[in-house]
Amino acid sequence: MKNEEMNEGKMTVIVQTIAALLFPLALIFSFYVIMHGHLTPGGGFQGGAIGASAVVLLIVAYGVKHVEEKMSEGGFSVFESLGGLIFVVVAIFGLFLATSFLANFLVNEPIFGKIPGWGESPLNSGGILPILNIAVGMKVIGGLSAVVLILALISREGEEK
Amino acid sequence: MIYNLPFLTVVALIAIGMYAIIFKRNLIKIAVGITILESGVNLFLITLGYREGGVAPIFTNLPPGISPDQIPEKMVLPVPQALTLTSIVIGVAVLALILSFTINIYRKYGTLDAGKIRRLKE
Amino acid sequence: MNVMEHLPALIIAIPLLAAFLTPLVDKISKKVRNAVVFIALAATFILTIFLVQDVFENGIMIYVMGASNPTQTIPMQAAVPIRIVLEIDGLSAFMALISVLIALIGLIYSFSHVEERGGKFYTLFLLMLVGMLGMELTGDLFNLFVFLEIASIASAALITYEFKRGSTTEAALKYIVISSIAALFVLFAIGLLYGEYDLLNMAAIAKAIKITGLSNIDMIALILFFAAFAMKAGAAPMHMWMPDAYGEAPGAVSMVLIAVTQASLYALLRVCFTIYADSLHVVIPAAIIIFGLISIFIGVTMALIQDDIKRLIAYAAVAEVGYILLAIGVGLYGVLNNEVELYARKALQGGIFHIFNDILDIGLLFLVAGGIIYITKERNLNKLGGLAHSMKYTSILFLIGLAAVAGLPPMNGFASKIMIYESVYKVSPILSIVAILASIIMLAIFVKIFHSVFTGPKISEQKDVPKLMLASMIILAALIIFFGLFPDIIINNIVNPAVNALIENAAYISNVMG
Repeated sequence: MKNEEMNEGKMTVIVQTIAALLFPLALIFSFYVIMHGHLTPGGGFQGGAIGASAVVLLIVAYGVKHVEEKMSEGGFSVFESLGGLIFVVVAIFGLFLATSFLANFLVNEPIFGKIPGWGESPLNSGGILPILNIAVGMKVIGGLSAVVLILALISREGEEK
Repeated sequence: MIYNLPFLTVVALIAIGMYAIIFKRNLIKIAVGITILESGVNLFLITLGYREGGVAPIFTNLPPGISPDQIPEKMVLPVPQALTLTSIVIGVAVLALILSFTINIYRKYGTLDAGKIRRLKE
Repeated sequence: MNVMEHLPALIIAIPLLAAFLTPLVDKISKKVRNAVVFIALAATFILTIFLVQDVFENGIMIYVMGASNPTQTIPMQAAVPIRIVLEIDGLSAFMALISVLIALIGLIYSFSHVEERGGKFYTLFLLMLVGMLGMELTGDLFNLFVFLEIASIASAALITYEFKRGSTTEAALKYIVISSIAALFVLFAIGLLYGEYDLLNMAAIAKAIKITGLSNIDMIALILFFAAFAMKAGAAPMHMWMPDAYGEAPGAVSMVLIAVTQASLYALLRVCFTIYADSLHVVIPAAIIIFGLISIFIGVTMALIQDDIKRLIAYAAVAEVGYILLAIGVGLYGVLNNEVELYARKALQGGIFHIFNDILDIGLLFLVAGGIIYITKERNLNKLGGLAHSMKYTSILFLIGLAAVAGLPPMNGFASKIMIYESVYKVSPILSIVAILASIIMLAIFVKIFHSVFTGPKISEQKDVPKLMLASMIILAALIIFFGLFPDIIINNIVNPAVNALIENAAYISNVMG
């Protein structure tokens, strides 16, 4: 029993429980870093890397087979492509709605367009920057998770042979 | 002298990285060498951006004890940091690619020795 | 809004958009995916033609990303450009036209046989194009680095597309290691220049170097740039990745890889002719000429002993890069010595024209070789034979490519090579003797391949290549013959603006710096 579990790359119940507890926390922290990308240090890539490390935590604790059943590489790829797509579409919107490619067309608009003053940090500021950060975050979470998942899968196949 | 220390570290990192890439035969070590080389270059960019007494250019999160009037002189231009971040992102992608190639080579050839896998000679 | 004004951004954005759209559409339908990719590339091609026309008529085009006025490079209250600037002069437009044209032809070729894992193939294909176009259109050094990496990563992944053969991964690993080292050199050089001038814009740096003169740091940066871009452009003796990468990649990818290589060549030209320009020492053109000669020599001699058909063509590609470098080195030498009208202009015309011809000729040969491998599943020249019986059109197309690479009239290779021979002769007769001899050896090599692959008794019954494959080859062959018959049209309309952009670099600087 124990040996079988080890062979599948699983770790002990303690590690699994802690990983299961930490996974949502890591995702929330990742989301926090992404959402506050325009206000504090961090942003899409950093937050996305934290989110992907949450997935890595699951892979380490539960084994790649188990994780792959729950979240497939294809899903991550779609998520990643969506992120890239949102980024480019927002950038092109800048061209059509405002002056140039990547222009901040939401700035000074009612909802997101507030420009924060000294010491203020409202979340709904920065125009298109939060949207771009979210797009980058999606792309990084999807891309890095897919990379780690695939690397884990193919190195596991190699060991089985 | 103390201010030159980061630059000396940069030189050392680049030298170690180049040494690993040129003289090591193990593919994983070559990947590590590229990463060290990249860290050297990144450290160089970051060192260029360092200003003594500078403040991070975040308008919404001022450090205590600094009034907004002083800010324009104290805030550093974040371009080198932005360059470094971009370079780190690219480095991650390159490293992932090199590692996946390495895994595929190990599966096909059964070795990581760069000297033994040279099927494409001449 | 005026579309013409936004052309530079759209040309990069449309393939990027399609690249991210492809994996999503791929889940729905393969046909729709192919349509999306094709429409995106065709649209990019049409926009590029507009761009080229505009640049050739109205001079340099500027586009500032994210600015409230896309043509205002220096924002108010600033003395230097801060945002990312796209700057398109004659040379950039020329290179962009080549890249998009070749990508379009390569795409048509790929449609005929890429089905398995097609979504990923086309995503990478489009990203490779984005990387090339970005490198060629940008006016910002750091942007150049980013696009260089995008192109490298996408092409490395494409080289190992047929990953079931271990040797493809070996080639791709070699390519990505070389590319990332080169890119880190570039980044280090950018860091040096940034540390010195606080600038990233190429035109601004060029102006600063012009004013302050060449410092030691500039020289270190120049050497790093030179080494990195020459390595990426495949100049011998730093060509070792090139035969592997070209030889192992799938047919169309080999051809588009030539365009990626030439994007690095473009970066080398930009660094030499625009950023450093008159401050250069004569050692640099001399080094380029020597690299060119070594490339020609190694290319033809190594091609002689190959028995893998694609590897052989790859070595011929090394030799072709040598011709371009030779001509450009001589051109740069002439520009530095103020002997522009004597021979430099002609050398640059020949070199720039040969950039186009190289990709058409070698590209056609790669496509034909890809078709042969696709049909027969055999790469070894000694085991191939008698294919002319069943592959009539392919063999005729191979003959055209062969004549063009060897520089026989009336093909385009002759048109550009004769200009190179003539102009190079004025500097030293030895240069043109080596160039002509190499051309003759090249002819001998390709006649040998033609003999061993196409003539002889029929070995086995084969079909001819798929129709789309044939169509893409015919487009290339038609261009080759057209360029060969009417070289004046091409030189006057496309090549000369690029050459002028190289010789007169003041406009590149003044358009950004005012």
